[in-house]
Amino acid sequence: MTQTLAPTPSAPSVPPPAPAAALRSAASDDGDEARRLAEFEARIARGESIEPRDWMPERYRRQLVRMMSQHAHSEIVGMLPEGNWITRAPSLRRKIALLAKVQDEAGHGLYIYCGTETLGVDRHELIQELLTGRAKYSSIFNYPTLTWADVGVIGWFVDGAAIVNQTALAKHCSYGPYQRAMIRVCKEENFHKKQGYESIATLAAGTPAQKAMAQDAVNRWWWPSLMMFGPPDDASPNTAELMRWGIKKYSNDELRQRFVNLTVPQAQAVGLTLPDPDLRLDESTGNWQIGPIDWAEFWAVVKGDGPCNRERLAARNAAHDEGAWVRAAASAHAAKQAARAQGAPRAA
Amino acid sequence: MYGTILTVGDADAQHDPAGRAASPASPEEPTPVEVADGQWALWEVFTQEAQGAPHEHAGSVRATDAEHALQNARDVYGRRGRVLSMWVVPTGAIRATTPDESAPFFEPGDDKPYRHPHFYKVPRGVRGL
Repeated sequence: MTQTLAPTPSAPSVPPPAPAAALRSAASDDGDEARRLAEFEARIARGESIEPRDWMPERYRRQLVRMMSQHAHSEIVGMLPEGNWITRAPSLRRKIALLAKVQDEAGHGLYIYCGTETLGVDRHELIQELLTGRAKYSSIFNYPTLTWADVGVIGWFVDGAAIVNQTALAKHCSYGPYQRAMIRVCKEENFHKKQGYESIATLAAGTPAQKAMAQDAVNRWWWPSLMMFGPPDDASPNTAELMRWGIKKYSNDELRQRFVNLTVPQAQAVGLTLPDPDLRLDESTGNWQIGPIDWAEFWAVVKGDGPCNRERLAARNAAHDEGAWVRAAASAHAAKQAARAQGAPRAA
Repeated sequence: MYGTILTVGDADAQHDPAGRAASPASPEEPTPVEVADGQWALWEVFTQEAQGAPHEHAGSVRATDAEHALQNARDVYGRRGRVLSMWVVPTGAIRATTPDESAPFFEPGDDKPYRHPHFYKVPRGVRGL
């Protein structure tokens, strides 16, 4: 009747990753499976939250593991471009803000790893995938942070884009643990965006050199930030399935448009220009229309040929390796404490 | 800046020669909390965010023992100063109903409208009930 909450690898009712169509035809051989799938899809249609112990199609579980682990990895790797500037922040105020923001990103990674573990995935395995370069993470973090202004623009654009994505997940995502993690993330993320925008507004109102530095950072980060939303809807292999199962409510292009509409007036307010000669307001829809995105660049970065892919992976591995003694010490300390509690003779 | 990541519960203790301490050094020395799959044990975290409010599930952490779990939980779920109190519980110690059987399990409470006040009629005009 009852069971423990310890994560169990989900029973592979459908062993290989099956496309939805194949899954359905396999299920039709098995009335119980078909009934469960119908019940599951009815729950999604009613807007119910799916919880870890509920029955779910194997394909739903796999899509969530893929999306959530990539998201968690992105939070962890995302610490690196900004962490690069902590020691060189121009004031104590900026430094404490940046330290807190980077620590938050670590926390966000942990919230999502924790959520991924509810799907019966081993966290250790996920981290090994990241360290060995088998896992994907957001391509935006493979761009370099060349000046201090990049830190501000990351908060404004990259966290701003992440908020648009994550707010949709926090409001609508069908998988409970992911949705709840996103609520937690969104509460914290607003500070990230605001501190970045404050920093850029300050530079934009500063000396000509400071304003030029801010404009240069905007020019370099604008297009990669738009690419964060993923390929256009007609070239996004996962979108239809993710939307059908209520994991995503809006398509990549819809979310990208929302971000553009929010950001254009913010750039205008501080006198910075977005590097898109085609950018114009479509009066009929109220949307800011953008020019073509260079998807060849996006795919090159995703496939490992961005400016910093190798550097990021090397830095993450170095941090992991340099932390090995801390993990070993924590294990040794716990073993010693437990031995003392048991009244065992102290080890020399 | 990597200080926080170090507490990620991903200790590859069983793979790392330096991590042997995670296993009992001798049969008499107990393992603090079961270490499985080369990583520390999983703990569920509950936080109380307002005076008088119930403790609510926040998420989980991996840690070597209860004290370590509390420290990790503070760093992961208590960075904003909203937490008044925190519990950590070994995940395996929690017993839970299963979705498949929850309907019959809770069914005895479903057909007893007489346990709710609106089941009872009161003469018109009577107040304070």
